[in-house]
Amino acid sequence: MLTYKVLVVEDSPTMRQLIVFALKRIRGVVITEAGDGVDGLKKLSSDKFDLIFSDINMPIMDGLKLVSLIRNNPAYKDVPIVMVTTEGASEDRDRALALGANDYITKPIQTTQILAVAKKLLDA
Amino acid sequence: MSDKDEKIAHKAEEFLQIFKKGADFTQDLLKENERLRFRLIELEDVFKNTAEGGHDPDSQQMKLKIAELEREKQEILDRIKQVEDENIDFANRYVDIETENNMLANLYIASYQLHSTLDFREVLQIITEIVINLIGAEEFGIMLLDEKTNKLTAVSCEGLELGAFPSIALGNGIIGKTAKAGDNYFIDDMEGYERDLEHPIVCISLKIKEHVIGVIVLYKLFEQKSRFADVDFELFTLLAGHAATAIFSSKLYSESERKLSTIQGFIDLMTK
Repeated sequence: MLTYKVLVVEDSPTMRQLIVFALKRIRGVVITEAGDGVDGLKKLSSDKFDLIFSDINMPIMDGLKLVSLIRNNPAYKDVPIVMVTTEGASEDRDRALALGANDYITKPIQTTQILAVAKKLLDA
Repeated sequence: MSDKDEKIAHKAEEFLQIFKKGADFTQDLLKENERLRFRLIELEDVFKNTAEGGHDPDSQQMKLKIAELEREKQEILDRIKQVEDENIDFANRYVDIETENNMLANLYIASYQLHSTLDFREVLQIITEIVINLIGAEEFGIMLLDEKTNKLTAVSCEGLELGAFPSIALGNGIIGKTAKAGDNYFIDDMEGYERDLEHPIVCISLKIKEHVIGVIVLYKLFEQKSRFADVDFELFTLLAGHAATAIFSSKLYSESERKLSTIQGFIDLMTK
């Protein structure tokens, strides 16, 4: 059976749990959680991931910086990234897409949204 | 008999022979004609029987087979229609189940998070996260009831200044009346609403059984959220009960911790 490794970078435990809860419905998915951008980069260097979900507003290192660092690193530059945004923050969302994020989901998050975008990018 | 007479007799004989042959041929023709007429009548009968669904066994069998195949075709068409209807029904049920699943996921996570801590500030933070991320509110506040003064005071807010919130007496205005009755209030028309801290679009009473400990007041939703979904009302119901118990338990825990620390300090002082 195919396994997909997904990294979820989100400081809010509620949101993180919701994303993880939705992703677990995809067969063979293995999830790693990180609480901020720095933690995300650490986890990224310790494994090979097929998909990354990242919030934009996070302490220590935000999602935009994380996307920029990932896309400038040859080791992870091709890993698809999904940003979690609020509708009002369209500038941040556009910046994230310009920096190389592949897609985004807007709050309030629906599990169906998470599943649809993850299945599309994982080709699951 | 002269030669001439013999020739005439010979010719007459020949003529007679030819005539006999002609008669035989005519006889044969008449017989053939009779046979063909009989055959024609036979074929006409067959044709007539076939046209009228007559008694030809092959034709009867064919007709039965055709009727059976027609029936089978109709059955298959009916089955296809039934399967198509079932497919539409399954697709609709799938959408309903997905919606239900989304609702249950939100409720499970909200409930899990609310009871994951006994720290009062963390509980308020979790309520804030639920209202932002699961309900989709941009401006809101959490007000708690001071039982000594019987007034509701804001303890946490998002998108607004905490100091801007008025202190509201129980029974006064929409917020005070909602809290006193222990009900939930939803504005009739959200379009054209202008923020008024004493007149929210939603006011949810935080209750432990019938005992109200505070309210959650919403003033603005995210841009893309024009109305509430079913899941939001479920979340409001969950918040009314679970957020109230989480706030109440965390406050009790903090108080007991403080008292325990005081008593411990006192005992330490006495025993030294």
